[in-house]
Amino acid sequence: MQAKKRYLILLSAGACVLLLSFLGGLQLPAARSRQDRSRTGHRPDQPWPHFSDPLHPFVPWDHTDTEEYNVHVSPRQKRDVNTSVYKGRRCRMDSCFDFSVCQRTGFKVYVYPQQKGDKISESYQNILATIEGSRFYTSDPGQACLFVLSLDTLDRDQLSPQYVHNLKTKVQNLPLWNDGRNHLIFNLYSGTWPDYTEDLGFDIGQAMLAKASISTENFRPNFDVSIPLFSKEHPRTGGERGFLRYNSIPPFRKYMLVFKGKRYLTGIGSDTRNALYHVHNAEDVVLLTTCKHGKDWQKHKDARCDKDNAEYDKYDYKEMLHNSTFCLVPRGRRLGSFRFLEALQAACVPVMLSNGWELPFSEIIDWNTAAVIGDERLLLQIPTTVRSIHQDKILSLRQQTQFLWEAYFSSVEKIVLTTLEIIQDRVLEHSSRSSLMWNSHPGGLFALPQYSGYLGDFPFFYATLGIKPHPKFTAVIHAVSPLVSQSQPILKLLVAVAKSQYCAQIIVLWNCDKALPAKHRWPATSVPVIVIEGENKVMSSRFLPYETIVTDAVLSLDEDTVLSTTEVDFAFTVWQSFPERIVGYPARSHFWDSNKERWGYTSKWTNDYSMVLTGAAIYHRYYHYLYTNYLPSSLKNMVDQLANCEDILMNFLVSAVTKLPPIKVTQKKQYKETMMGQVRNTRSTPVNTCSSPSSRASRWADPDHFAQRQTCMNKFASWFGAMPLVHSQMRLDPVLFKDQVSILRKKYRDIERL
Amino acid sequence: MYTSGKYSSRGPALIPRMKTKHRIYYITLFSVVLLGLIATGMFQFWPHSIESTADWTLDKRSVHDAPLIRLPVSSPIPERGDLSCRMHTCFDVYRCGYNPKNRIKVYIYPLQRFVDELGVPISSTGLSREYNDLLSAISDSDFYTDDITRACLFIPSIDVLNQNSLRIRETAQALAMLPRWDKGMNHLLFNMLPGGPPDYNTALDVPRDRALLAGGGFSTWTYRQGYDVSIPVYSPLSADVEQPEKQPGPRRYFILSSQTAIHREYRAELERLKEENGEALLLLDKCSNLSQGAASARKRCYKGQVYDYPQILQESSFCVVLRGARLGQAALSDVLQAGCVPVILADSYILPFSEVLDWKRASVVIPEEKLSEMYTILKSIPHRQVEEMQRQAHWFWEAYFSSMKAIGLTTLQIINDRIYPYAARTYEQWNNPPVVKWSSVNSPLFLPLIPPRAPGFTAVVLTYDRVESLFRVITEISKVPSLAKLLVVWNNQNKSPPEGEKKFKCPECTAIDGLSLDQTHMVERSECINKFASVFGTMPLKVVEHRADPVLYKDDFPEKLKSFPNIGSL
Repeated sequence: MQAKKRYLILLSAGACVLLLSFLGGLQLPAARSRQDRSRTGHRPDQPWPHFSDPLHPFVPWDHTDTEEYNVHVSPRQKRDVNTSVYKGRRCRMDSCFDFSVCQRTGFKVYVYPQQKGDKISESYQNILATIEGSRFYTSDPGQACLFVLSLDTLDRDQLSPQYVHNLKTKVQNLPLWNDGRNHLIFNLYSGTWPDYTEDLGFDIGQAMLAKASISTENFRPNFDVSIPLFSKEHPRTGGERGFLRYNSIPPFRKYMLVFKGKRYLTGIGSDTRNALYHVHNAEDVVLLTTCKHGKDWQKHKDARCDKDNAEYDKYDYKEMLHNSTFCLVPRGRRLGSFRFLEALQAACVPVMLSNGWELPFSEIIDWNTAAVIGDERLLLQIPTTVRSIHQDKILSLRQQTQFLWEAYFSSVEKIVLTTLEIIQDRVLEHSSRSSLMWNSHPGGLFALPQYSGYLGDFPFFYATLGIKPHPKFTAVIHAVSPLVSQSQPILKLLVAVAKSQYCAQIIVLWNCDKALPAKHRWPATSVPVIVIEGENKVMSSRFLPYETIVTDAVLSLDEDTVLSTTEVDFAFTVWQSFPERIVGYPARSHFWDSNKERWGYTSKWTNDYSMVLTGAAIYHRYYHYLYTNYLPSSLKNMVDQLANCEDILMNFLVSAVTKLPPIKVTQKKQYKETMMGQVRNTRSTPVNTCSSPSSRASRWADPDHFAQRQTCMNKFASWFGAMPLVHSQMRLDPVLFKDQVSILRKKYRDIERL
Repeated sequence: MYTSGKYSSRGPALIPRMKTKHRIYYITLFSVVLLGLIATGMFQFWPHSIESTADWTLDKRSVHDAPLIRLPVSSPIPERGDLSCRMHTCFDVYRCGYNPKNRIKVYIYPLQRFVDELGVPISSTGLSREYNDLLSAISDSDFYTDDITRACLFIPSIDVLNQNSLRIRETAQALAMLPRWDKGMNHLLFNMLPGGPPDYNTALDVPRDRALLAGGGFSTWTYRQGYDVSIPVYSPLSADVEQPEKQPGPRRYFILSSQTAIHREYRAELERLKEENGEALLLLDKCSNLSQGAASARKRCYKGQVYDYPQILQESSFCVVLRGARLGQAALSDVLQAGCVPVILADSYILPFSEVLDWKRASVVIPEEKLSEMYTILKSIPHRQVEEMQRQAHWFWEAYFSSMKAIGLTTLQIINDRIYPYAARTYEQWNNPPVVKWSSVNSPLFLPLIPPRAPGFTAVVLTYDRVESLFRVITEISKVPSLAKLLVVWNNQNKSPPEGEKKFKCPECTAIDGLSLDQTHMVERSECINKFASVFGTMPLKVVEHRADPVLYKDDFPEKLKSFPNIGSL
């Protein structure tokens, strides 16, 4: 009995233990299966496991700095090895370019003299003329950092009539060739049917290529320059402006995507154009091809040709170009095509279908801001892709096409200068442009990095950087008359300007042959007055970038300008809102004289103006630098010889940069007559013959003076390639100006007080 | 004893009478079983917290659990890597497909331990801490997919960050064994320390077919522009050392050199500079008296004086980053972190993330040959530019250098931008530090255009019910020659707009005309301004003191000759 009971109890206890282990067992597989799931990676949230082990660092502590470097070859030797190994297709600036010449003389470009009998195409003539007219040009090969051939290398297609024969020997015989070191070779076409290789048909040695349609495979980064394909008709200077006149919002045009061009039935580059019909919908996506090109197209034509040709003739290319949001730019036989520049100018956002094309000036241009880089392999996705682009983005892409077109592409001159500036940036590496300077208004050709590496020192980037210009100005008074009496206008002007709360300092530029007046002759002022003796006493010296100018703003004054402190204060507050423009008082205008077929200059009271004279104007000190370093000496010399027109030239320059008119501000009424008079006698004598003010015969009375200004206008316009001046009908007045409120409430009340 | 005797005297009971020692035995047994049952039950039905802690410990697995793969000697080796590879030739874009989010999908191979036939591992360190961090960061990111069939980019879990710890041939064989290797197509390898003695190649020596390489230390001759990604060499100090951010501005030293493995030729050159320019330069080296180890990496010495590294970097405006045997230097990361402007002397070096970062705004690059001119070159840089560079340098570190996560995700974003270029991040997004992003103004109409007059303008008139005044406005404005269209917005739900030329009398209009004088109206508008400013986070309105008038406005001049004679006459 006792034993039986004992067994019973043992049995039930055993059952309980079993039950327990069973329940536990249920639990275990559940956990295991979860673990398995995470191992096979089907739980999306935590797929890479947390390892509990202490893992080693990827580099042991005692190897933090590179190990045992000192036992290895000297870095100098290593550099020499690189220089000797990396040649030809592996050329880089480090291995195929001699920097030492450029350091001695700066970035100067030499053009070989043209030999009689060499035929040179018009395009290449334009390239050479641009270089010879640029500030980089030197006629002394000993001074040169870069050499450009006078042999036409633009068209290296053997079948082309422009093809130059025997280039190989001609190049090898050049005395300064030096295996092409520091040479730049321009090329638009290379190779020929059927394979269109990128070989130029002669040994370029260590020369750099500025080449159109270059492929990423052949492009040597930071050595070659990819240039756009341009036509014979591409203008040498100036160039047409972009077609965009105003922004429309929403930015969609009649067509979404268009293309009209040849179709190659077979051979290199034919695939993409042959497939375009898949995407064409005859509504908003209009992609047209024709088989009609070449002599015997009929022989090779395929089943679609007739239908395609018929559709092709229905549409006008120009109409499509101007009315489409996007323009397809598929490769042709070669990678680049004329379509690219055409679309860019027409503000039709290019959609690139040219795999492996190193886009023009890719080293400095961020093409994603102005084009859609498509992939030939994904042609069928292109319509979906362009439709997915938000309208804000389209608006921005479109404006950027116009900016880039006008900054770098609209003329041969711009293309060539951009090429040279890119190379200069490489040569003077620590004073080169940042990407922002290349890709935003006004572009790299107008933003010179030698002026400053700091973006805030330029007038163009305040908004982008979220900063403001320096809150004071430096006045520069151009003195041409000797100081004979204490009532001379220059002394009154000095006192009035010095009283301005925004005045940091006054510079008197002494451009008078008479000796500097003694210090005590100048009135005592609360701001420092610095007298600088003009070096050559020439007109242009008033725009030299003097280091003593420490403020962003310059108030430029003639010695006989009459201005009150209030006027100065007001003009400066206006300038702070428009730091890239000229803000000032005496306004003038230009007009097209259709009888004489030339530009005319007028000082009459008109309803609009396009210049504000620098006898009383505020502008950014960067324009001093640009005037001195950007403009060619031919124009500056003209100004100096005439002792006239420097103010017109400054207006041309600033408007060419900003593409905007200057700003005229209000003037005290009582001076109107004097100012009007001043039009006639601002500077009565040539500066270098400094006479006493009393004996000043009005130079404006001299009819030559006015005629000179007309001549200047036309000379300047021809150098700029177009008329950069822009008219304005607006004058900026103080907010309560002439309003029917108490004069005491007006901050700038002196301006309207008689 | 007594108690038990009492029980036994009570006749038949449920609990059988038994010996006391047995009874104790059974009671103990039952309570154990009962407790066991309760515990099991609780374990079963307890809410998730216990489960997840259990899970946590389970998930914290060991790298030694990873499956072991033995590589046969004859296993295939990939080709060396094609220098002409570009996205359009060596990358299969169809795997990425069209994607409304414009984001690539990235797959990470599960961890495996590769050994050769003798059982020797292919890498001396195995999975490193940094590579593990990188892969976890990617797997936590939006790029990650666990579905190998939908992936656009594949990342092997084979750690090749440091070539020194690898057996080249076997690592290559291991890569080729990956199930989707397919000649390395769409595979991405991360390597920070390429090459090895004596000549230190500038790209990873492991043969890798068409795989993309995110490498630290590329030269212009090994970097496949637009295909490879140049990445920084991660500095482990970043994670270890907390440094308060130092504001840009002038600092105690002008130039600091803190690297320890500088070639003697260059060190001699630096010493010459130090002699010429004295205190402005601080030239540090290893401390000879300190024992090797982690602590010594944090100290630098100059003539027996000990300095804390990397803290000392914050005391200098410029910091020299010279090439070593390799072009990429971890010191660059330390220098940027300190907001010290790096002066990079490493000819032909492709700077980290140079495809998207504008290094000209954050660094000074000087050819090695010009080391002796360094002082003059740096002195010519304006102060304000130095300050901007300091700020920019620190921002680059914070955003793109500070962790393996930052490095990994930046690399993926760059590749993503290539595949969906129309949705790529902009220059400003990559390069502007947050403070600039906040304060900068980027007008959507940025092109300087003066619109022509021809299209005219559209007048939009908002009206409530002051019909008389509305008609007055319409009559006046329709006289304007440039008016192209007139749009009236009727803003009154209770009344329907008047039709045609019908005129309404509006007695209350005069009362409402005085609206703007109403005190509460002004208060309301002030409140609006405050509300808007707080939503914008800043006051975007700017105050100016000028107003636009016609050129001859109120001038003493015959009115009939003025373009806009009537302005201001009302």
